[in-house]
Amino acid sequence: MSLTMAQLAVFLTLLSSVAALVFVKKPRFMINVSFFLLGLSGLVAVSAGGMALLGNQVEQTILPVGLPWLHVCLHIDALAAFFLFIVGFVTFVASCYGPSYISRHADDGAHAVSTLTFFTGLFVAGMYLVLLAADAFSFMIAWELMSVASYFLVAYQHDRAENRSAAFIYLLMAVVGGAFILLAYGVLAAFGDGFSFVSMAKAHLSPTWATIAFALAFIGFGLKAGIVPLHVWLPQAHPVAPSHISALMSGVMLKVAVYGFIRFVYDLLGGVQWQWGVLVLLVGAISALMGVLYALMQHDLKRLLAYHSVENIGIIYIGLGLSMIFAATDHKEVAAIALVAALYHCLNHALFKSLLFLGAGAVLEQSGQHNMEHMGGLIKKMPVTAACFLIGCVSICALPPFNGFVSEWLIYQAALQGTVLKNGILGTALPITSAMLALTGALAIACFVKVYGVVFLGLPRTEKIEEAHEVPRGMQFSQIVLAISCLVFGIFPTWTANVLNVIPQKLLGAGFAGVNGESWLWLTPINTQTASYGALPVLIGLLVSWVVVYFFLHPPTRDNSIRIAPAWDCGFGPLNARMQYTATSFAMPIRKIFSFAWHVSEKVEPARIGKGPHYFLHVSDWVWMYVYAPIGKIIHKVAERTARIQGGDLRIYLCYSFFTLLFLLWVIV
Amino acid sequence: MTGWLFALVQTLCVVLFAPFLAGWVKWIKCKLQNRQGPAPWQPYRDLWRLSKKQVVLADVASPIFRAAPYIVFGATVVAASVLPIVSTQLPTAALADVIVLVGIFALTRFFLALAGMDVGTSFGGMGSSREVTLSSLAEPALLMTFFTLAMTVSSTNLSSAVAYLSQAHFTLAPSLIFSFMALLLVAVAETGRIPIDNPATHLELTMIHEAMILEYSGRHLLLMEWAAMLKLTLYSILIVNLIVPWGISLTLEPQAIALATVSVLGKLLVLGVLLAVSETSQAKMRLFRAPQYLGMAFILSLLGMMSHIILEVR
Amino acid sequence: MLIASLSMPEQVTLTLSALILLSSFLLLAQVRVDSLINTFALQGLLLFFATLAIAFISGKYDLLISAALTLGLKVIFIPILLRRLVVQLDIHREVEVLVKPSLVMLFGGGLVLFSYYVSLPITELSLLSTRNTIAISLAVVLIGMLMIISRRKAVSQVIGFMSMENGLFFAAVVSTFGMPMVVELGIAFDVLVAVILFGVFFFHIRTEIGSLDTDRLNRLNEVDK
Repeated sequence: MSLTMAQLAVFLTLLSSVAALVFVKKPRFMINVSFFLLGLSGLVAVSAGGMALLGNQVEQTILPVGLPWLHVCLHIDALAAFFLFIVGFVTFVASCYGPSYISRHADDGAHAVSTLTFFTGLFVAGMYLVLLAADAFSFMIAWELMSVASYFLVAYQHDRAENRSAAFIYLLMAVVGGAFILLAYGVLAAFGDGFSFVSMAKAHLSPTWATIAFALAFIGFGLKAGIVPLHVWLPQAHPVAPSHISALMSGVMLKVAVYGFIRFVYDLLGGVQWQWGVLVLLVGAISALMGVLYALMQHDLKRLLAYHSVENIGIIYIGLGLSMIFAATDHKEVAAIALVAALYHCLNHALFKSLLFLGAGAVLEQSGQHNMEHMGGLIKKMPVTAACFLIGCVSICALPPFNGFVSEWLIYQAALQGTVLKNGILGTALPITSAMLALTGALAIACFVKVYGVVFLGLPRTEKIEEAHEVPRGMQFSQIVLAISCLVFGIFPTWTANVLNVIPQKLLGAGFAGVNGESWLWLTPINTQTASYGALPVLIGLLVSWVVVYFFLHPPTRDNSIRIAPAWDCGFGPLNARMQYTATSFAMPIRKIFSFAWHVSEKVEPARIGKGPHYFLHVSDWVWMYVYAPIGKIIHKVAERTARIQGGDLRIYLCYSFFTLLFLLWVIV
Repeated sequence: MTGWLFALVQTLCVVLFAPFLAGWVKWIKCKLQNRQGPAPWQPYRDLWRLSKKQVVLADVASPIFRAAPYIVFGATVVAASVLPIVSTQLPTAALADVIVLVGIFALTRFFLALAGMDVGTSFGGMGSSREVTLSSLAEPALLMTFFTLAMTVSSTNLSSAVAYLSQAHFTLAPSLIFSFMALLLVAVAETGRIPIDNPATHLELTMIHEAMILEYSGRHLLLMEWAAMLKLTLYSILIVNLIVPWGISLTLEPQAIALATVSVLGKLLVLGVLLAVSETSQAKMRLFRAPQYLGMAFILSLLGMMSHIILEVR
Repeated sequence: MLIASLSMPEQVTLTLSALILLSSFLLLAQVRVDSLINTFALQGLLLFFATLAIAFISGKYDLLISAALTLGLKVIFIPILLRRLVVQLDIHREVEVLVKPSLVMLFGGGLVLFSYYVSLPITELSLLSTRNTIAISLAVVLIGMLMIISRRKAVSQVIGFMSMENGLFFAAVVSTFGMPMVVELGIAFDVLVAVILFGVFFFHIRTEIGSLDTDRLNRLNEVDK
């Protein structure tokens, strides 16, 4: 049943692509129709995923398409269903947002909009199919469909050179990543008897081959997920796509990569080794820390959010690494906590990151630019967007009682069980990575105080901001839905963890013990004496104390009116917008303290006659400078060398063909 | 049910006691510096005065600015309610373990910093920027400290931790010594005392917390000030109950509670004296020296963790 | 073995060893020359107490001689000598600028973990109650070396060197309850002679290059520049 519905969802997305081509002459109608179909597919996917997850169903079917000896094989189980739920939900929300957001492009030219909607449909279909695929062959086809379709979405505004280069880098990384995944499946297929996941899972690999397969999959899926140092495409590609696409890419596509990784390592490969866990844990911790440090230095709003995706993927990988370490050392219950934490964070990140990208889209549309330094004071112009964005910020900063906190709390709890490990080094590494996670969390707070303070609070910094107003209903609706779900998943963690618990039960053979503990109000991963978190009671406590304090401070016998006056500012002169702290100045202390993390070039030109002083600051990613630029150079050199065989003479080329022919004949004989 | 009632009463008492502790530290400090000084109950008078004043709001202030005092104060009160103060039989301790407690403090800091940014003055921005920078360095050290503690007592639940520590046979554990040293350093930084911040000054170059709340007045200022005092009290309670837990009651019997109340009051007043002495004998640090101070706290917490693993477990 | 199951003197030893490690970190972070010397003396003092405690635990009272030697040399004599030296050289108020202090400290933390890892096999062989501190003493040695590498001033390097020697001494005391007396006396006097020689060198370095900044001594290669 749920698999049929999932197939229906795929069909609807393809239909929305077709609609984009059919109604190319009537752009507004086309936008409405295809986004309606897309949204419908999202809802269908949500219900399919929800049903399969709640009912813990496993279904499989073979479609009569594909290669003659290898028909496309689809399946749905708890893991796929969970990710299907995420993808469907964000797709639904993004398609509520899309029509009003896109309609201003409707005049750009019908073909442009039609291209955008066409590839959006394909992109979503690709993601659904990756989750549903039950053999390596259809997985790879769906994977490449997802990559290529999203390439066209990134390249949508291709009139600007930087967008073209971002899209190119994106495509390049996607191709390389695809190749690694293909090789990883190749290793598995060589040891198993066929390309279907069932037969791959049965394959027996020697530890060395298993490690090779793991390394290939780690790099391949890591390239898509955007772990450091494979993240460089991410901050370039995500900001240039239209905002609802950024939400889909950042919120969901990265999760699909995480899904692929989990499926490959836990389900297909099996026999997890603890060294893999350490690698995943370390890379995760570094990604989390570097992601947030890079984000702090950005003032392009969407690029900043993209770097936060790197951070959050890092957090998910920390959870996965912990669960792998515990699973390999036979502490299945703790491994289950860590795995649930990682999955929970996937869900949370999908929610708040989509929310933030949609909010950023609304802000960008109204302010007409990406640079935060020219915004300010938007909370008064766009109250709904501002309120939703605030909830997104609080959630991503992992503050109670919102959803981001729950998953990070579970990760901490799992890390604290490090004492059960025999190996003392691991026992220390775990808390140290969690200290890095704490640093990440605190820096994320710094970053989002900066974002919210500079974009929404204070005084408007440009005239365009003065004219900003609230966005249309559809765009508001999707943000509100996401904001509410951030709260809901934050205050009902026990229920969510309970539902997610079926996934470790299937993958690891053991669930999270304390989940059915004392009461549905407390989340108790181990037992009540060890740790507990009651999200709803904390929220109620907060609300009660606010109400009580409010009534105490507003006695009816007194005049409680407020006098509005100019800002005091220690008695300095009248305030103007240029005197405010900017994003750059806000992050300056952190830039000084963590100066090792970036390549910072700073220059001050003193004032001269007729010209004021100038301050230049350029912060760049050292990964790009020290890893990718040299690789690029080497490839360039090799390419130059190989170019020599292109002699230019016709006879030389004939010569090549001739010798190739001779060689092949020899091989055949 | 008695337990919940007890938790409510205890929370109220702590909230009401907080201004006294702040006033006490100030009074001792004045005595040490040969100054007359206001009486320890002066903060109550200040708060009462503030509650009667009309609020003057900056015309550019947004709803965040008006909501922040309630959020900050309310969250601090919730933090107060989950802390075992006189008895470890606290039902509310199950609401939030020590990581949640750190999270709740982070929530207050987030809104405090936003409020600082709201009016758009450069003082506010400066305060917010410094606050989030320093706390991002303090938080890892704080959590490492709590992790070491949690590894020793195998729980992150504060009630269980305090109960374990107060019952355990006296052990000279290096990990706990280091962790507590780190906790002291971090607590000084987090509550905005000398040498990181100076609660008494309004000089723009030296302040952090005061810079963020410059634009507040009337009842809003009251809440902000009270929340800061409450935070100081909560950190002090955390310190005394973790480092010298003896005397805390393990039951909810009235006599035991009364005894525990007296002992915790005594410990808090002594800690107040120590804080005053340390504040009198030190100068405030330059902002960019503070990372080294907090780095030391982090190294201490790291050493605590490592000595637990290396020296104590096997 | 859980710490709660140990006797009080053993707990004291463990705590002292942890404090010795802390003093190594303090040395690593200290920038003022005079405080550096004081911290070094403090480390000697902790070492003295630790040796006393171990003498008490093991009942080997010849360790008391080592303890007395430590007190006399490392707490009193060498610090006084050094202090007089820096006063003569007029550098006792100098403040050294550290290069990336936090990274060095974190690296030091990593060294502690590393020495734990390295000393695990040794620890498993030993049956002494103090065996866990072998990792600590190795860490003290390594951190001393790190200090020599990361510092520029000759004085700090010398102190790093002597803190290394402290680590060695501590290792000997905790792992075998003391080396043969002859060896110990020999090492002690070696250090003493080293300090005096270093003192002489300080003057020579300064007259040659006009400062005690060893970054200037950078021509130890065979390539003519």
